[in-house]
Amino acid sequence: MRLVINKIVLLLSTLSAVVGLGFLFWILITLTIKGIGAIDLHIFTNDLVNNGLRNLLVGQFILALIAVIIGVPIGMIAGIYLQEYSFGSKYAEFIRNLSDVMMSAPSIVIGTFVYAIVVNPIGHQNGWAGAIALAIMMIPIVVRTTDDMLGLVPKELREAGVAIGAPKYKVIFDIIIKAAKVGIMTGILLAFARIVGETAPLLFTSGNSEYFTLNLNDTFPSLTVAIYNLATMPDVELVRIAWAGAFILTLFVLIINLLGRYIIKDKK
Amino acid sequence: MENFNNMKVMDIKNFSFTYAGASKPSLKNINLPIYEGKVTALIGPSGCGKSTLLRSLNRIHDLYPGNKYEGEILLKNFQTSEMENILEFKKENELINLRQRVGMIFQKPTPFPMSIYDNIAYGLRLKGIKSKSELDARVEDALKGGALWNEVKDRLNDDARGLSGGQQQRLCIARAIAVEPEVLLMDEPTSALDPISTLAIEELVTQLKDKVTIAIVTHNMQQASRISDYTAYMYLGELIEFGETTQIFLNPKEKHTADYIAGKFG
Amino acid sequence: MESIFRKLSSLSATLILILLSAIFVVLFLYAKPAIKEYGLHFLIDPRWDVTVEVNTPKNTDKIQKDKSVTASSNDTIPTDSEDIAVPTDSEDIAIPQDDEDIAIPQDDDDIAVPQDNDDIAAAGDVQAETNVKTVYGGLIPIVGTVLSTILAMLFAVPIAMGIAIFLSEIAPPFIAKPVGIAIELLAAIPSIIYGMWGLFYFGPLVADVFGGSSVSLLVAGMVLAVMIIPFMASLTRDSMNTTPNVLKESAYAMGATKFEVIKDVIFPYAKQGIIGSMILALGRALGETMAVAFVIGGVFSFPHKLTDPTVSIPVVLANSFAESSGMSLNALFYLALILFVISFAVISFAKFYFLREKK
Repeated sequence: MRLVINKIVLLLSTLSAVVGLGFLFWILITLTIKGIGAIDLHIFTNDLVNNGLRNLLVGQFILALIAVIIGVPIGMIAGIYLQEYSFGSKYAEFIRNLSDVMMSAPSIVIGTFVYAIVVNPIGHQNGWAGAIALAIMMIPIVVRTTDDMLGLVPKELREAGVAIGAPKYKVIFDIIIKAAKVGIMTGILLAFARIVGETAPLLFTSGNSEYFTLNLNDTFPSLTVAIYNLATMPDVELVRIAWAGAFILTLFVLIINLLGRYIIKDKK
Repeated sequence: MENFNNMKVMDIKNFSFTYAGASKPSLKNINLPIYEGKVTALIGPSGCGKSTLLRSLNRIHDLYPGNKYEGEILLKNFQTSEMENILEFKKENELINLRQRVGMIFQKPTPFPMSIYDNIAYGLRLKGIKSKSELDARVEDALKGGALWNEVKDRLNDDARGLSGGQQQRLCIARAIAVEPEVLLMDEPTSALDPISTLAIEELVTQLKDKVTIAIVTHNMQQASRISDYTAYMYLGELIEFGETTQIFLNPKEKHTADYIAGKFG
Repeated sequence: MESIFRKLSSLSATLILILLSAIFVVLFLYAKPAIKEYGLHFLIDPRWDVTVEVNTPKNTDKIQKDKSVTASSNDTIPTDSEDIAVPTDSEDIAIPQDDEDIAIPQDDDDIAVPQDNDDIAAAGDVQAETNVKTVYGGLIPIVGTVLSTILAMLFAVPIAMGIAIFLSEIAPPFIAKPVGIAIELLAAIPSIIYGMWGLFYFGPLVADVFGGSSVSLLVAGMVLAVMIIPFMASLTRDSMNTTPNVLKESAYAMGATKFEVIKDVIFPYAKQGIIGSMILALGRALGETMAVAFVIGGVFSFPHKLTDPTVSIPVVLANSFAESSGMSLNALFYLALILFVISFAVISFAKFYFLREKK
């Protein structure tokens, strides 16, 4: 009897894995079919106003890039504090856990927050607000990555740096970070992949624009927000474009993820 | 009677050390001289405090807050010929200066993540030496002093982490002597290396002692008897016996020392 | 230089605390007018953007109940003189059927009030002096959020556990690795993709199987489930893998079956991590916006059946925020605050009690 139960459980577990894989393939396959069919040169050379994706691809990328520029230094320096300067104090533990909590916080709420502090004072949606919202989402991820990767560096290396007469901050930058460089960069790459696919924080902060623009002071083109708007349009042509955009986005995100994985594995 | 005071480069006086959060001190009332131009070995069973003592000599314990020092550790100031108590150094630059005078080699080789050249030049650049010709010359001297020059002279720009374990440890030694310290502390420098590399480093120690005083922690008694001039035997945080190596090994005064050397424990 | 950097890094770390507090404070400030106006009643009031007459006390109370949804919420109907007008299904923010751009629905087109009810109620009034005010209540989105999340957990937990067991204990390494990677790739797919897939493929399938609308609470719950499964499975698998091999081996040596080892050795050992990951996944599901926005239906009304369309807090925020102002904006911030507090509480609970860092 015990053996029967055992077999059943094992069977169900394997089935779950199959179901999980099934969903993955279902999603990827439908995405590919609908997406590839909709891709042509036209969408890369035209902006949304002309049923193309160009301004959206560029815009999304720029927003994510600015988020990286703002979020990574803050996150890294905070991570350095946690690992190198806090000596396991209770405060550091608290901040660590708090940062993790922030990682899972609803992204739309972050959007409302940035709306209140950036969009409202300025008076209208703008690209900066969107980038800031993404940056806020990025910070906890970078903190975590930096903290973990620095923690992997053996303590003898730190001691050796100090023993040769280097001040602590130099030991951190010249030696420790360099030693953890690959891990940290991969972490940042994966964080980038995560926020480039975000929609909710951008919905009412930077909104969307149909035109190609690099002006961050007004509504700014976003691939994800556009997909959200387009997918439910009655116009079949627009839905097609939405699928094309979705496909490109997913391809981009998955490739970065696989790349990140490969880099980490390579270095082990 | 020789005046030993002139020959001391460091003098440890009534020194006690308690780790942060510990209820009892790990080192109790240590009195130990370190003689200039000689190799002093610290031996004893695991946990006797030899590494703790060594690490106090360049105050590397200060990386971790909360430790308590008592007593004095004196270091000879070669300008004034006076002994200064290094335990009184509080400022960052005083400690940095101390570590440029008292270098350290660790059990695990610790090449910095940079080229061989940059590893050796690192300490020199910290001291403000910028001219390429001077750096080149001193890097070469250091690598020669570390018995590594011939093996790496054609690949100075390669990443130091590509060297073998024994080479990496010699790199660390070269890096340390490049800044011309007065004392070199070695914490079980060969325990992670193969026998051939171990021998190479032991030879190196013997060559180096003319230029720099060496204090070495080792759990290998044979190594201590091979390369050191003076030996300190420690047990459970106390210094049991100190003397010339030949005397300690052939004619120990304390029974405890004799037992340890005979291999009766540890 | 050293002390400058040390202070800077400490500041950076504190910034996180400041940020979190700032979010809370800002949300609260913007929600305050709505909090003052509606108080805690907001949590149980099913009306949204309903204009009602506020009369001075002397008229006859006529509580008109609209024939739709509020049957089950008798106690939510205030017994004062305000009239109850509940929006009927067909007039609400219907996402797929509208011609409108769903991201920016106009306030007056959507969660709107059938004006006739007001008139009917007003018939009972004899006072000449009537004021109108707009009432906002968050009950429906709150219920939608809670129900969709519970549904998601019901579906996700067994499957995620199964996957974790499979990856950790059943699959040989050459299978476990690629499958594990596949599961993690699932987690990396942006949520908007889940939304599109749910809207065009999964929703209709669910409607075929269960009847009802192809955008509904049920579809939302299931799509949410698919979204949190990889996350839950990964964390659970990692927790299970922390069980020391010696423990497992001793159980096997006593003749235990694999299931028994899992049940009696691994799960108790990894209990904290497993429960923690479930609660954490729950916290994430609460705040999920995009996937749910596509498939929950966007209809501001109670779902009578699982297969009815409805809304959740993130969906209401996504749809109504951009064009709101005044009290409706404050009400939205009130909703956002509620969501933030609930998510934060759940996630913190998971983190501080179960997934504590042991460093």
